[in-house]
Amino acid sequence: MLGAKVLLVERDDIPGGQLVKQTHKFFGSEKQYAGDRAIHIAQMLLDNVESNPNIEVWTNSTVLGIYEDGVVTVEHDEKHTKIMPKRVIISTGAAEKFLGFPGNDLPGIYGAGAVQTLMNMNGVKPAERVLMVGAGNIGLIVSYQLKQAGVEVAAVIEGMPTIGGYLVHASKIRRAGIPVLTRHTILEAYGDNKVEGAKIAEIDEKWQPIPGTERDIPCDTICLAVGLSPLTELAWQAGCKMAYIRELSGHVPIVNDDLETTVDGIYCAGDVCGIEEASAAMVEGRLAGINAALSLGYITSEAEELRKNAMDELDELRSGEMGNHIRNGLEKLSGYRT
Amino acid sequence: MRIENHPVLDFERGEKISFFFNDQLVEAYESETIAAALHAAGVRKLGESSEMHRPRGLFCAIGNCSSCFMIVDGQPNMRVCVIKVKQGMCVEEQKGKGVLKP
Repeated sequence: MLGAKVLLVERDDIPGGQLVKQTHKFFGSEKQYAGDRAIHIAQMLLDNVESNPNIEVWTNSTVLGIYEDGVVTVEHDEKHTKIMPKRVIISTGAAEKFLGFPGNDLPGIYGAGAVQTLMNMNGVKPAERVLMVGAGNIGLIVSYQLKQAGVEVAAVIEGMPTIGGYLVHASKIRRAGIPVLTRHTILEAYGDNKVEGAKIAEIDEKWQPIPGTERDIPCDTICLAVGLSPLTELAWQAGCKMAYIRELSGHVPIVNDDLETTVDGIYCAGDVCGIEEASAAMVEGRLAGINAALSLGYITSEAEELRKNAMDELDELRSGEMGNHIRNGLEKLSGYRT
Repeated sequence: MRIENHPVLDFERGEKISFFFNDQLVEAYESETIAAALHAAGVRKLGESSEMHRPRGLFCAIGNCSSCFMIVDGQPNMRVCVIKVKQGMCVEEQKGKGVLKP
């Protein structure tokens, strides 16, 4: 937009991250496309990228390393390739967290994202009957999508005493007749070579199973939606200073207001900087792009305004009670800046 | 099993092809991943862990976690959740670490 040439390197065969497989509608502000389904937002962003002659896209390409002399190595077309960008923006997103319990390695224990990929990208029925672990937004949304794909959801269980996700998603699940069991945990998964069921139980304030509350849930799939961790390998490897911030869901690169890390010229945007919603990730990506372009001297009359708009949008997204968590995290992060 | 009717999505599937899974012929659609084709055919166990020989299936489906390693056309440690299936491909369960093809 500001005139800089961009090379977009994507490990998958389609850019767009998780948006390309999410069928639910966004809410919030119109500026972040509220009311649109994620898949349509992804298509619009892709169209913007493809129609821009300044952007080159490499798919099926994995960034392998970022080195002190500025060289970035990429596996591209099955070859080891070196590039020398003037600025780097890391927006690697997040990976699903795992959960420890006996039998958790059986085939049929899937991350919620994997279930979305199977059913929404591949059109493959991921299961006949699912136990969903985690009642945050992902657990709730994927449960509803499973229902849409003709899969039975036995229950959504959640260790916390309250549902973590938005009420609107939880209500949809309840209207669909799926029980949401708070203060419940999975004790074990069992089955011969694949998941055949799970044992669950109610837990007390100390997260210990309450004897006598154990229940057997026959199911062929256990879906884990127990949170995400930032995919920070490249930031670590590049030597960015990192900090552990619980509210941002793990170790994250220490960035300034421009989203620049402690390594000159390396920026971070999206879930790699801390787990937040996709709407915030889109704005952060825009902001990091504007700042990288500005630092290269692509200064136009509109650049400052675009920058201010993006920062205002982020403030707006993080306002209110739902934003408390992330604001606390960012506050802690700012304490690590030098 | 495949999803035929979906309230939001239409699935554009490629040409029908077939490939081998442990010497058994499996139908698939061009442009889908090996893991998706196997899952649609009801195959969930993709291999065995190297030390305890526990059954292994996919977990992340985006090429991140390495749980879905299989032997593809003789080459082990292939992430079948991101590799596209091809006509006549030979896919085998991987038991253990596998031996790299020279």
